[in-house]
Amino acid sequence: MAREPQTLFDKLWQQHEIVRRDDGQSLLWIDRHFVHEGSFHAFDQLRSRAGAVARSDLTFGVADHYVPTRRPGPIGDPAIARMVDQLVANSAAHGITLFGLDDPRQGIVHVVGPEQGLTLPGLLIVCGDSHTATHGALGAFAFGIGASEVAHVLMTQTLWQKKPKRMRVAIEGRLAPGATAKDIILSVIARIGANGAQGHAIEYAGRAIRSLSMEGRLTLCNMSIECGARCGMVAPDETTFAYVRGRPFAPDGANLDRALEAWAQLPSDADAAFDCEVTLDAAAIAPTVTWGTSPEDALPIDALVPDPAQQGDPVRGESMRAALDYMGLAPGQKLTDVRIDRVFIGSCTNARIEDLRAAASVLAGRKAKVPGVVSPGSSLVKSQAEQEGLDRIFRDAGLEWLASGCSMCVGINGDTVPAGERCASTTNRNFRGRQGRGARTHLMSPAMVAAAAVTGHLTDVRPLLRENA
Amino acid sequence: MQPLVKLDGVAVALPLDNVDTDQLLPARFLKVPRSQGYGPLLLHDLRFGADGQPHTGFPLNDPACAGAQVLVARRAFGVGSSREAAVYALVDFGIRCVVATSFGDIFAGNAANNGLLAAVVGEEEIEGLLAAVEKDGRARVDLEACTISAGENSLSFSIDPVRRIKLINGWDDLQLTMSYKDAIDAFVAGDRLRRPWTQPGRDAPAPMPPAP
Repeated sequence: MAREPQTLFDKLWQQHEIVRRDDGQSLLWIDRHFVHEGSFHAFDQLRSRAGAVARSDLTFGVADHYVPTRRPGPIGDPAIARMVDQLVANSAAHGITLFGLDDPRQGIVHVVGPEQGLTLPGLLIVCGDSHTATHGALGAFAFGIGASEVAHVLMTQTLWQKKPKRMRVAIEGRLAPGATAKDIILSVIARIGANGAQGHAIEYAGRAIRSLSMEGRLTLCNMSIECGARCGMVAPDETTFAYVRGRPFAPDGANLDRALEAWAQLPSDADAAFDCEVTLDAAAIAPTVTWGTSPEDALPIDALVPDPAQQGDPVRGESMRAALDYMGLAPGQKLTDVRIDRVFIGSCTNARIEDLRAAASVLAGRKAKVPGVVSPGSSLVKSQAEQEGLDRIFRDAGLEWLASGCSMCVGINGDTVPAGERCASTTNRNFRGRQGRGARTHLMSPAMVAAAAVTGHLTDVRPLLRENA
Repeated sequence: MQPLVKLDGVAVALPLDNVDTDQLLPARFLKVPRSQGYGPLLLHDLRFGADGQPHTGFPLNDPACAGAQVLVARRAFGVGSSREAAVYALVDFGIRCVVATSFGDIFAGNAANNGLLAAVVGEEEIEGLLAAVEKDGRARVDLEACTISAGENSLSFSIDPVRRIKLINGWDDLQLTMSYKDAIDAFVAGDRLRRPWTQPGRDAPAPMPPAP
């Protein structure tokens, strides 16, 4: 039977569409819903409507945004403790499985979901967190939502959406040594802009993407929101299936066979049409860092701080000047001359085991010139790293080895960068004040953060990798 | 939700790109209960110094901007975090309409769910509107006609038609969704047969370490 060729996203959309109204709005079925401490506004809305959670079996709670990273131990700030307690109370009241503070499976929601096999190819996944696109790495349709939408999903397990357009981001060729998934996504954002994919669902494709590990794909999809996309995804393949098999909540036996059959049908048809295509040459992607206050302000490490005066567009020039002023940088300055005050290795972007290994491989046998902390993406990643002895490498280099949580990426658990200080960070946002009021953030890969720690300034990691080879 | 059809009130120009949700409501305030009111926290770190003193040059601190209902910015307003509290801060401050050349995707959805109009105008028109608002200090918004005017400057804006109807009527999605209960139940019954593997294990085995 002939049918219209479909993209991966078209197939995922169709499989979840309950009804489509004449005005173009579709009611979608939600397969997984993750909640965290910040979801309290939604639970309050539920209470005020005397509503019930429709499908507690598809809803999972994770304590990550407010958890202390120095633990065990009491939470010093009662307002922060209340946030963690509220999640416990709301989960218990509604029969929601919680990966809480003391659970060995606790971690950052976007690390825990895939790790536990809750995230699967073909699922529609939402969470009240903009980095939910992370789960798209497994071939899921996953996106972040606001509190009113969280309340709607809690009460109905559905959500109204208008189908976004389809964008294909192809990374052709092979990545050069020292370049990572983080460098790919920063390059993509720099190319299309902080809102360049607005209204679009991205499918990442091309040889360089197929060659990425699952950890790399999670990093890539994680930052889809930083170019404004509704979601980002990678078609499931053998890498995906090998990752999913045997995980605690993943299907097994006959269910797994059914699933594998369904997942094999998901990749975009060869002649499927996209509304828009962007292509980058993987070989041209160098280790990349940000210099400004938006993730779109990214350049290869061997570049110079850009000059607002040379901008053709005066409005853009003005906003660049403001960014450089906030960041304390001068036009024309070499990026590698920018001295840093501290480093942070963590977050849903770059704190999986492979990320910690990459940072440790640079730090092994070396000392950090600046203070810094490492917060693994989950408590299971933490134990795995400790089994591999990575914690010793970080500690011997002079960095603090902490427990898992969102930590210094968003700073709401109390882990912040002091005002005026400059932090080399594996996180996803270099917004003003993101890591603490007045903090200056430079985004980069874990290996690049490790290199900056060792030298005390932004540094090209590639020579350090060769020395350690 | 309070319907929004027409506005005629104080308008403020905020000629900035990338006013992200971390600027609109810094993360450290996210634990504040909504009942306290988020208005004083709107754009907090741009409005106030570390000592709590207001920055006199910042538009929202201008006494002439008190009671502002319309805010005009530039590109990529509300990008970043999904925090709906960024919208609460605008709404609690009294803003009913934000005009920009583009909006963060999640922000735009949150706005419509809280009676806040996120109006999109063209890159070539925003500078004229910013100038007119700076000069005049007032704006008139008509959501039925999709027009905004300030002084002599009058132009059309765009908004998703579904969100427009929601705002005009003050509707919220939940009651509407409830009316589709039969369709949802039918979908669930069929889906159980089509995709039985989507149901997560209820009694999951012991935790497993991540794959090497």
